[in-house]
Amino acid sequence: MAKHHVSALINGNPVEYLCDAQQTLLEVLRDELNLTGTKEGCATGDCGACSVTIDGRLVCSCLTLGAEIDGKAVQTIEGMATGTELHPLQTKFLELAALQCGICTPGMLVAAKALLERNPDPTEDEVRYWLAGNLCRCTGYNKIIEAVLAAAGEMRKG
Amino acid sequence: MRYAKPKSVDEAVALLAAEKGLARVLAGGTDLLVQMRSRRALPDLMVDCKAIADMTSIAAEDGGIRFGAATACMALVENAQFSAACPGVTDAIKLIGSIQVKGRASVGGNVCNASPAADSVPALIAAGATARIASPRGSRDVAVETITTGPGKTCLARDELLVSFLVPRKQRNCGDAYLRFTPRTEMDIAVVSAGVNLKLDATGICREARVSLGAVAERALLVAEAGAALVGSKVDNAALERLGAAASAACRPIDDKRGTREFRIKVAGVLARRAAQIALDRTGKEN
Repeated sequence: MAKHHVSALINGNPVEYLCDAQQTLLEVLRDELNLTGTKEGCATGDCGACSVTIDGRLVCSCLTLGAEIDGKAVQTIEGMATGTELHPLQTKFLELAALQCGICTPGMLVAAKALLERNPDPTEDEVRYWLAGNLCRCTGYNKIIEAVLAAAGEMRKG
Repeated sequence: MRYAKPKSVDEAVALLAAEKGLARVLAGGTDLLVQMRSRRALPDLMVDCKAIADMTSIAAEDGGIRFGAATACMALVENAQFSAACPGVTDAIKLIGSIQVKGRASVGGNVCNASPAADSVPALIAAGATARIASPRGSRDVAVETITTGPGKTCLARDELLVSFLVPRKQRNCGDAYLRFTPRTEMDIAVVSAGVNLKLDATGICREARVSLGAVAERALLVAEAGAALVGSKVDNAALERLGAAASAACRPIDDKRGTREFRIKVAGVLARRAAQIALDRTGKEN
């Protein structure tokens, strides 16, 4: 079966790739494009480690086909920092020790960024509900929630 | 497996009709891709319907609000016109999976996956929603309660495509709500659920009521007796008690690790009463 030719914007850069019909976006990102920041946890949409945005909408890349992305704009964790300058969420995750093993971290950051783009001043409850689809087995979540709230405060200062 | 992305309903149903092997319709893929991974579904052809405008748009029309069957749940939840027009259905959609899953999952997929515990289904049934189903022979509109026939089974023929839903416009003094019971608040599947839609007259007497229960039978139920228990009342405590009893009486649930038969039957009555109370509270609000 012929491969699908896909043209997309990934982290703002025009990218073209070939993929099989059944290849997921997660597999394309990691195995074809070498963007290994996006992690595979469960591969069934339960853990959120593979979170990316497609045209601004937060999704699980494990539940998306690579072939679906033609003409779309994808943002991954690799697009979060500007050069060597970290995004405020990344800075606060480091400062407040919001990660341990790090497997959930790219998904947490991408999901948190999608929240703050919609709601720059979320309550703790709103952060907890928004991140309910991102599982972390290390931190107990409190430090993650604190880091997101601190980053939101920082970003509101501009 | 082959992947196709038709741009029209006609093109999509022609692909489904022509496929000799197994064709599956792809909307959000949050059930289908999981089934493929576990090899429970091995389609020969995947028909991605998200490039079809009728299947991904939300628009008011005569009689109500129509939304495409492949529209992502988050797109519905974030659409102010939709959430104002369809509060009960919005309650249900908000409960499906995580934000990420809702970013992909569609109501059409939720209905066609045909889980007895699907959240959107009792809410759509209570709201009196209809579905537009297309095939090479034309299109037909059916009540949502007639689509699911059992776990994983629908009334759709292999060349039929669920295109859109119409939720009837709320009249004055109407209200609806959906509630479910789950052990966790998020990322869980309904153990029992209830959708209630009621209409009062100017004196506060209930004139119409639709009650639907989820996860207490092989498919979501429209419980006529439960709706009838409210009609003619002011939705007072006595009427709510009758509603709860009728809801519980309609249950024929399974008994499993997520909830015993006895528990589901009892909780169905409790949730029906609580959903009716919320629906009643919402009747005062203009839509």
